[in-house]
Amino acid sequence: MSSASTTIEPSPTGAPPTRHPVTPDYLNDGYGLRSWLTTHDHKRIGILYLLSITVFFFIGGWAATMMRLQLLSPHGDLVTSETYNRLFTLHGVTMVWFFLIPSVPSVLGNFVLPMMIGARDVAFPRLNLLSWYIFVLGGIFTLYATISGGVDTGWTFYTPYSTTYANGHVIAMASGIFITGFSTIFTALNFIVTTHTMRAPGMHWFRLPLFVWSLYATSLIMVLATPVIAITLALIALERFAGVGIFDPRIGGDPLLFQHLFWFYSHPAVYIMILPGMGVVSEMITCFSRKRIFGYKFVAYSSLAIAILGFIVWGHHMFVASQSIYAGMIFSMLSFLVSIPSAIKVFNWTATLYKGRIHFHTPMLYALGFIGLFTIGGLTGLFLATLAVDMHVHDTYFVIAHFHYIMVGGMVMAYLGGLHFWWPKISGRMYNEKLAQFSAAIIFVGFNLTFFPQFILGYLGMPRRYPYYPPQWQVFHILSTAGASVLAVGYLLPLCYLTWSFFFGRHAPPNPWNASGLEWNETSSPPIRTNFEKLPIVTREAYDYPYPIKSDA
Amino acid sequence: MICLLADIPLFPEEAGNSAPQVDAIYRALVGISTLMTAGLFVVITCFLIRYRHTSEANRTMLRLSPTYLEVTWTTIPMIIFTGLFVWGAIVFVKANHPARNATPIYVVGQQWYWDVRHQNGRHEIGDLHVPVGQPVQLIMTSADVIHDYYIPAFRQKYDVVPGKYTSLSFTATKPGKYRILCSQYCGTDHSLMTGYLFAMRPDAYQSWLDAKDGTGPQSMAETGARLFRTFSCSGCHGENIGVHAPSLAGIYGNSVPLQGGQFATVDDQYLRDSILRPTGEIVAGYKPIMPSYQGQISEEQVMQIVAYIKSLSQPPASATSLPVSNSSTP
Repeated sequence: MSSASTTIEPSPTGAPPTRHPVTPDYLNDGYGLRSWLTTHDHKRIGILYLLSITVFFFIGGWAATMMRLQLLSPHGDLVTSETYNRLFTLHGVTMVWFFLIPSVPSVLGNFVLPMMIGARDVAFPRLNLLSWYIFVLGGIFTLYATISGGVDTGWTFYTPYSTTYANGHVIAMASGIFITGFSTIFTALNFIVTTHTMRAPGMHWFRLPLFVWSLYATSLIMVLATPVIAITLALIALERFAGVGIFDPRIGGDPLLFQHLFWFYSHPAVYIMILPGMGVVSEMITCFSRKRIFGYKFVAYSSLAIAILGFIVWGHHMFVASQSIYAGMIFSMLSFLVSIPSAIKVFNWTATLYKGRIHFHTPMLYALGFIGLFTIGGLTGLFLATLAVDMHVHDTYFVIAHFHYIMVGGMVMAYLGGLHFWWPKISGRMYNEKLAQFSAAIIFVGFNLTFFPQFILGYLGMPRRYPYYPPQWQVFHILSTAGASVLAVGYLLPLCYLTWSFFFGRHAPPNPWNASGLEWNETSSPPIRTNFEKLPIVTREAYDYPYPIKSDA
Repeated sequence: MICLLADIPLFPEEAGNSAPQVDAIYRALVGISTLMTAGLFVVITCFLIRYRHTSEANRTMLRLSPTYLEVTWTTIPMIIFTGLFVWGAIVFVKANHPARNATPIYVVGQQWYWDVRHQNGRHEIGDLHVPVGQPVQLIMTSADVIHDYYIPAFRQKYDVVPGKYTSLSFTATKPGKYRILCSQYCGTDHSLMTGYLFAMRPDAYQSWLDAKDGTGPQSMAETGARLFRTFSCSGCHGENIGVHAPSLAGIYGNSVPLQGGQFATVDDQYLRDSILRPTGEIVAGYKPIMPSYQGQISEEQVMQIVAYIKSLSQPPASATSLPVSNSSTP
């Protein structure tokens, strides 16, 4: 394999080979707010997303912190029930729609997808910028709804509570989500077209990095599922505003109809929130094992299998919601089935480690953390897919713990891992490795301390969305809150050292990890505005690390 | 902390007929999950140590077919998962199937309490008294938003949905006092919508039931019979009336032919729908002339009228069975 550092010479044609004071790259290709707010560069748009979702992450995190503090005491000493209900709604809405869904696709996907396939940009750069503006507009609606008093429906907006009984700015909040949905759809459309039409010569489908496969599968879900939540929210607004009987039985509606529509979107949305993370992990595991992924096609196809099966399991949210018992059995069976492609991925990652040459850089620590936490999250999903057990733990903390293991233990770990992995490309700088490894460990410990006790709480019967609870459960809540404070430290540390490194860090070489992949071997760090001096021609498989492995530096 | 935890159980009490079965599946799932997680952890840790970048372990490839491996680790979980699915489905179906002789108890959920009526008219708010060893069927509906009736000690819950009857069937197995929680978010005081279930020995339960004072409410069927006249139902559905309306005597539990050729089983849900949405399912041979009572009658009153109509189908020996003409007004 050609050494990466020799293939890249960031010298534009005509420029003297002598060291220029400023090498041209996308970060200094125009200065000032205007150059950023009107950019069509996928990399800059990725950074715009990075900044905006970080804001939402800390808003949602603040709401979670308040909830955890409230739950230190069983008597609801900190805030009133009304405030608590608004806090968990804010937490859910911001974390799901304004952090998790755009996290890996819109930040990391936007940044590296074109480079990975050997393109100069996405297929529709203007649409890409528009996506971000739409995202911000949706965010403004949501923040308006929050600041002007909040919404207490929970992120699930169950009817008829949300349409008839809830007071608060339900329509403003729903509008925010409705608008943001278009941002998701446009980004997905862009990714699909880009992947189909902009691949470099020789980059055929089975040479694509697995991150591209997972983004492709995610984009399919986004395009097909997001319109359903838009319709659902529009119907809520219609019933709430105009009194048209759709969901409220008193005016001729059916509350179960809402749940079917909502979960028909929201279950696939769960896969929107994990598939891209799986793609990131595939990249990091192969890179830091110096080995081609085990079972490339199985990992690639399992992403598509998850995307398809994810659409036919929504009923497992409704086992005790008065859905037909036969429907419950079908959905239970399909839910067990959807776990198989996820299991295939975990086994293939494990097999990739076998006979690799394993390095323990920060991204690898996140990837390994992901495998552990995702495995626990996935296996506890089987508990919930089992009809009889769901009858007991449905709508309890068991569910909360389960999906946080997937969403936070899985997706947030993958997102942070990916952010560290591509940080040299994004910023052109290196972060402090020791500090970053330490933070990854803190996050892992804090996460488990926060959420593992919640499995026990759930089986004991603690329902979700309870600011008051029976005192004998307090010990588990104290453990959980203690964990959450550790976790908070773990999240603030990367915010600090990554920001610091952006300005003051050591300059990064083009390929600091010795990774394969076009984004590492054919671009500088940070890349130039058009990514490549000359469009690459691909002649190799993805992850063509030399094998048998020679000892490397 | 450890001694503190040692006093705290990891399971709620087992006090209902389904609890041991659910716990058995749960234990099996915990066992399988622990085994898989631990196995994976050991394998990954071994790989990480043996193939760390500084180690000089042999890295020449074994001749092992990837397809063979993929098929193995797809098939084995598939078989285990199918077994778990079947086991869980069987227990779930059994738990939700009411026994033939189950005692019906009527529950109306509303923001933020449970309104419970026993057949003999005994009324309680929040709590629930049930006999040990006798099957009980809660017939539940909501007066406003969706609630959920959850009894952790029985490992059972079911949503309480406005506009329809849902049911929760169980047999208490151990006398005691257990928590009832609302587990479907229902608004501001969702977390205060709690109460206690008192599982009592049958004789104690009977004397609790009978303990209503003399001026207290009548049985549900008696109240229903009175409402049947107050709401002028008897004007059409009574005996020897000129209006062409179906007689309600003896229809409960039967199958009736509908216009359009379908059949409907007359159960609580059908009776409720016929009172609130009378034009929905018309019995064959009758005109859709009945007005809707939607908005004029509370969920409790509907349940009482349903109880009365049910009583018309029970053998005359039953204490709750009273013909219309016999019912007395308080």
